[in-house]
Amino acid sequence: MSKPLEQTTWQEVELGGLLREPGSARAYRTGDWRSQHPVWTKSRCIRCGVCWTVCPEPAIIEEPGGYFDMDPNYCKGCGICAKECVTGCISMVPEEE
Amino acid sequence: MEKFGYAQSQKYDTYASRLMPREEFFTSGHRSCQGCGEALAVRWVCKAIGKDAIIAHATGCMEIVSSGLPQTAWMHPWIHVAFENTAAVASGIDAALKILARKGKLAGAPPKVVAMGGDGGTSDIGLQALSGAMERGHNFTYICWDNEAYMNTGIQRSSSTPFGAMTTTSPPGKESIGQSTWKKDMVAIAVAHNIPYVATACPSYPFDLYFKVKKAIEMPGPAYIHVLSVCPTGWRSATDLSVRLGRLAVETAVFPLYEVEHGRYHLTVEAPRLRPVKDYLKPQGRFRHLREPELDFIQRMIRARYELLLEKCRQPYGEFATVPFTPEPEQEVA
Amino acid sequence: MAKAKTKPARFHREGMEVSIAVSHAVQLARAEAIAAYPITPQTHIVEHLSSLVADGQLEAEFINVESEHSAMSACIGMSAAGARTYTATSSQGLALMFEILFIAGAMRFPIVMTVANRALSGPLSIWNDHSDIMAARDIGWLQVFVKNGQEAFDHTVMAFKIAETPSVLLPMIVNLDGFILSHVVEALEMPDQELVDQFLPPYSPRHVLNPKAPVTMGAFAMPEIYTEVKMKHQVTLTNAAGRIQEVWDEWGQLTGRQYYPVERHLTEGAEILLLTMGTLTEVAEIAVEEMREAGLPVGLISLRQWRPFPFAALRAAVGDAKLLIVCDRALSPGGAAPPVLAEVRSAFYTQAQRPDIIGYIIGLGGRDVPPEAFKDIVAKAREEVTTGPTQEFHLYGVRG
Ligand SMILES: Cc1ncc(C[n+]2csc(CCOP(=O)(O)OP(=O)(O)O)c2C)c(N)n1
Ligand code: SF4
Ligand code: SF4
Ligand code: SF4
Ligand SMILES: [Mg+2]
Repeated sequence: MSKPLEQTTWQEVELGGLLREPGSARAYRTGDWRSQHPVWTKSRCIRCGVCWTVCPEPAIIEEPGGYFDMDPNYCKGCGICAKECVTGCISMVPEEE
Repeated sequence: MEKFGYAQSQKYDTYASRLMPREEFFTSGHRSCQGCGEALAVRWVCKAIGKDAIIAHATGCMEIVSSGLPQTAWMHPWIHVAFENTAAVASGIDAALKILARKGKLAGAPPKVVAMGGDGGTSDIGLQALSGAMERGHNFTYICWDNEAYMNTGIQRSSSTPFGAMTTTSPPGKESIGQSTWKKDMVAIAVAHNIPYVATACPSYPFDLYFKVKKAIEMPGPAYIHVLSVCPTGWRSATDLSVRLGRLAVETAVFPLYEVEHGRYHLTVEAPRLRPVKDYLKPQGRFRHLREPELDFIQRMIRARYELLLEKCRQPYGEFATVPFTPEPEQEVA
Repeated sequence: MAKAKTKPARFHREGMEVSIAVSHAVQLARAEAIAAYPITPQTHIVEHLSSLVADGQLEAEFINVESEHSAMSACIGMSAAGARTYTATSSQGLALMFEILFIAGAMRFPIVMTVANRALSGPLSIWNDHSDIMAARDIGWLQVFVKNGQEAFDHTVMAFKIAETPSVLLPMIVNLDGFILSHVVEALEMPDQELVDQFLPPYSPRHVLNPKAPVTMGAFAMPEIYTEVKMKHQVTLTNAAGRIQEVWDEWGQLTGRQYYPVERHLTEGAEILLLTMGTLTEVAEIAVEEMREAGLPVGLISLRQWRPFPFAALRAAVGDAKLLIVCDRALSPGGAAPPVLAEVRSAFYTQAQRPDIIGYIIGLGGRDVPPEAFKDIVAKAREEVTTGPTQEFHLYGVRG
């Protein structure tokens, strides 16, 4: 079912509502939900990866060089990464309108 | 000190994260609330069970946030049937895999079977199905996401809701302090089934959780893991505290991390000095109405129960012993 | 058994309890996974299956679940993992499964289930009527009724083939009357394994839970798509009628026993028709034969296929009869009519020419229904037609 739901006909519904594409939820962007986002101060980052470990989405990606950043498509702005960062190098910044 | 607390309470050093598998099996795009500890738990449990597994999931938050047509956040073969029957569905999968393997209809080793459900789906409505499946000895691992209430339906109390907590069906009032019963000890119930592996875990200790799940999965027979999962929505706590609160639950002995392997208790994360329980309760709005006498009672109960647990951990023998049954060859009578 | 050099006979005749015959059908169908919980009068079926598995005569996994709710749940797990799956239940057991029955239908798992029909509590009654299955008529399964042991055997084997058809993939219930049928001893013709293997190839599921090709089963539906999912189920179930008849025809070719969704007995020239289901059919046959001999233009039609409801076949069987007497074995308290009557009436509502339709509820909770009862009912119905209907339906034989 690649069509939007409201255009899908009954003939196009998969057998028993089956979903064949694992991880297809990635098409849904939860990034729209956030009102703040994390910002990394790389000079203080020790590249330990704890922030990556604690993100529930997950919405933290590793950049070349071993530093981390948020994935704006999915970060919901919970602030866990900032709270748990071992050096305190992540700060939460309000989303701009 | 506070900042480095994360690394300190681990057996592994700060850089352990680097050694963990990067592949995600519970993908982004799931619709949990911000800062959902349960989603974080799912993420790590799914990493630990690895590719070669089938998941049966109960109705509840983690099902609803992940599997609305036409999208799924699951990378595993995954089935949701109903609220209270996940362990039974898993027993069916286990049985089918056994017979298909015997008949040579499976290519390779049978996949692992994992059942998952919330505290309501586990300790209340699904308890019978779970008890049956554990008693029958199916080869499966059951994971309980314990966010201490029926969150999916709007924060109603469950038997796993802690004493004093406010939920929408255990509201504090003139005649009530909130939840008036002590949290059901699901772990003890699982242990009473004499299964090979039972453990508590929390995603605030992701490596502890990861290796427990790995152990459970590899263990033949039933295994049960009870995962404390912080729910900022239901606990009325700040979204950024979800990992911190899990750690506080462990450091206050509200939720000790231990395992019971073949009946033998073992504390996996030791707190050198317990923090006062208040440290854990205060940041949560669901306990805001509690006064000193209740807080004191909770502190004493937690302490007493923790002592009991330590006592069990000190026992030289397990609570039960699992002895494999090997029939004697029949003797010819001369 | 004597060892013959030539190809052995494809059938043999044997007397056995019908429950045992059903379990042999499951064995010959090579069911691979069974989950069941005992309840009277289904017990003999699952006991015998247990011993077939224990003796290695049936290569299957048998789970002794802790409830029927778990039985149906485990069956879904079994079927989802790709095993040919069977279970059996009755009455309270079916009621306890209720929630999961709908899900098995909607998720399209070709589970086969025998329901040894029994009254629902309360008051508790272990005896036969159809109140259990009629409460579960909308579960989205294929459903048939049988009237004797041979039919119970045949339809159990055929159910696997129908249910597993790729264009069908729906669970199927074979209803047989508890005690009246499940516990009687009958002589029946059993095909050999080779014939059944020829008729019923191994199950090759269209989708399974498999890490090599992961799928998500049991996703939830928002209002935008729920109706479409339901429509797909409805159309598939309705269209399954064609496949059902095809499989019945094929079995008919092999065994000489031909089945239809609506079957007729002495309907030629009949102005009055009785309609029955299950074992009542055999009793009504006797009554109809005697009435015919006495010169009454009475015939009998029996409803074998309950889901999908055979509208066209029913209308054809009724033809231009003037009076149709529908015999139900369940009550719909406070409802417009008992279940079968309600559906039969609605089947004729749109017809320009339709018979008078009168409903009788009989044989509740194991109450005996002798042939005389049908004669009495016909007499009463004929009178009612002349005087006009006295009530929506009648509870036959009730005292007071
Ligand atoms: C038989 C049945 N009763 C009630 C419900 C409604 N219901 C769905 S999820 C749920 C609560 C789930 O709570 P829990 O298992 O703790 O999971 P959580 O959502 O908290 O993760 C309830 C009551 C249901 N789906 N089925
Ligand atoms: S704010 Fe929350 S969602 Fe965003 S990256 Fe940090 S932990 Fe992940
Ligand atoms: S937790 Fe902090 S220090 Fe460690 S990698 Fe993330 S941002 Fe860098
Ligand atoms: S209600 Fe709680 S458990 Fe459910 S998704 Fe929201 S935060 Fe997670
Ligand atoms: Mg819960």
